[in-house]
Amino acid sequence: MAHVRVENLSISFGGIKAVDDVSFEVEDNTIFSIIGPNGSGKTTIFNMISGIYRPDSGRVTLDGEDLVGKRPDKIAKKGIARTFQNIQLFTNATVMDNIMLGRHIHMKTGVLGGAFMWGRSSPTAKEEVKNREIVEHIIDFLDLQSVRDQFVGNLPYGKRKLVELGRALALEPKVLLLDEPSAGMNTEEKDDLRIWIKDIQEDYRVTILLIEHDMNMVMGISDRILAINQGVKIVEGKPSEVQKHPEVIAAYLGEED
Amino acid sequence: MDMKRDYYEDIELFQSNTVFFWTVVLMACLFTLPLYVESYNIYLVNIILVHVIMAVGLNILVGYTGQISLGHAGFFAIGAYGTALISMHLHMPFVVSLIASGLIAAFFGFILGLPALRLEGPYLAIATLGFGLTIMHVIGRWEVFGGRMGITVPPLDMGVPGTPLSFVIEGDVKIYYLILVITILMVICARNLMKTRLGRAFVAIRDDDVAAEVMGVNLTVYKTLSFAVSAFYAGIAGGLYGYVVSFFDPFTFNLILSIIFLVMVVVGGLGSILGSVLGASLITYLQFDLLKNVEELPYLGDLLVLVSRKWLTVIGLANFSSIALGVIMICIVIFEPLGMFGIWIRIKKYWKTWPF
Ligand SMILES: Nc1ncnc2c1ncn2[C@@H]1O[C@H](COP(=O)(O)OP(=O)(O)OP(=O)(O)O)[C@@H](O)[C@H]1O
Ligand SMILES: [Mg+2]
Repeated sequence: MAHVRVENLSISFGGIKAVDDVSFEVEDNTIFSIIGPNGSGKTTIFNMISGIYRPDSGRVTLDGEDLVGKRPDKIAKKGIARTFQNIQLFTNATVMDNIMLGRHIHMKTGVLGGAFMWGRSSPTAKEEVKNREIVEHIIDFLDLQSVRDQFVGNLPYGKRKLVELGRALALEPKVLLLDEPSAGMNTEEKDDLRIWIKDIQEDYRVTILLIEHDMNMVMGISDRILAINQGVKIVEGKPSEVQKHPEVIAAYLGEED
Repeated sequence: MDMKRDYYEDIELFQSNTVFFWTVVLMACLFTLPLYVESYNIYLVNIILVHVIMAVGLNILVGYTGQISLGHAGFFAIGAYGTALISMHLHMPFVVSLIASGLIAAFFGFILGLPALRLEGPYLAIATLGFGLTIMHVIGRWEVFGGRMGITVPPLDMGVPGTPLSFVIEGDVKIYYLILVITILMVICARNLMKTRLGRAFVAIRDDDVAAEVMGVNLTVYKTLSFAVSAFYAGIAGGLYGYVVSFFDPFTFNLILSIIFLVMVVVGGLGSILGSVLGASLITYLQFDLLKNVEELPYLGDLLVLVSRKWLTVIGLANFSSIALGVIMICIVIFEPLGMFGIWIRIKKYWKTWPF
């Protein structure tokens, strides 16, 4: 189960309301998209859900449990993973090590266990091997074998986006927040990504919150869509409903045509 | 793609037969070293080994976790004084007093790690610098620590001092073997740590602490842990250092020492265990051996003395080693930010493709 509920969420920066009284509900195992023009507060909503920002008021709950005020690492342990709009990877580590960090909360090795890893039958080595197998599946899934041992800093933009997705998946999240995952990708990569996101929802049974500017993708895979403008909710509903809303057409879709 | 990939290979100590072969060769050389190296040089090698432990530990903090410390001489002092005093007053075997003072240093590292949660860059540098200076001055004031006069380290006793179970180890060569084993152990442990969960968390904090936290890394725990582990290494190094030099005073552990430790790490290569080993060896050798005798070099020595008299100081080449270290630092930062480890990688690449 992963039911996300956001109630009357607000935050302002220096007197300017970035998110203003926004509420929505995401049903278990659905894809919920947030759209809106640049600077409308989409990323800020994600930052409040994942604990990076503390909202001025309002509530965020996961399966009824309040998340506001919890540290980001605690929220991650509850099963919420995310990617970042501007890619925040560990640049001087390999693809493998980046995705392995996603396994952090599922592993136990401490100082002594790590230091005294004598041979392959030590508990640390066993834990490492087990988790590397899991990560290898993710690497296969996202078609990253060819760059497995490369440093992330050397990869092209599209690949880095995928590594970030892989890292979030490795956490085995109940809820996945994707902030513009297709930005900077070509059409082919976008098509793959779209299939992968659908697979993540269906096969891994993850609830997905998606911020995306590509309207084909949004309309194609979302169960529900929230449109916001200047921090305020305009409309929320099924893709067909949102598409027809005059304010959405004016504020957002208009410029696409 | 081979379907049966062995994931243990990724974290294995010897990742290929070549590595294994050269490790065996190196070990053979190290364990037979006293047969063909004279005693003074064994003393120097002992200092190098101590500095290797120190640099590896400091690199965990600076290179892997991305924090700074200008106070590691303080942890070094805690280790040196702790080991000597515990064996002197509590009559504990060497191993017990060494590990105990390593843990005391780790505790101080943990304490110093707390302000590091809020401080960054220059502010953290100042805080750690203050710590190092405080330790030095506190030790200088307290009689238990021998005050400003310093203390003479009791003999290295593997058994219980002052009882029939006493088992004293004397002489540079015997101490060399003991320190060598401990150094190898500590280097392997550090390497294992950095290859597994803890090391990944440290690197994550260094490269992007927000992303690390969002992926479930508790910054408080892991930053203080990095300080503690690093300080533990420094404490162990300090404890061993005491037995190598057998006498020290508070001013042995001054700010310059902290900076030289940092130089070893940077010159060796940030975020590389092998680099730390190389950096500590090179800098210690330069400091104690090469630069000490530089006046005796034909032509160059005379020239340098002349230059130094004219432009720098009247007392010969006293400052020369600091200047040389500074120049090396600047060159490394400009030409090879990965340090000696980077140079090593390049050599390896060159030989791999040679002669094709
Ligand atoms: N840390 C901050 N400090 C000050 N202002 C901020 C901060 N974070 C966000 N804002 C402001 O909040 C508003 C919403 O920003 P946000 O990044 O959420 O927009 P967005 O909808 O994600 O836009 P884009 O499509 O460009 O990514 C912007 O006006 C932004 O300048
Ligand atoms: Mg955004």
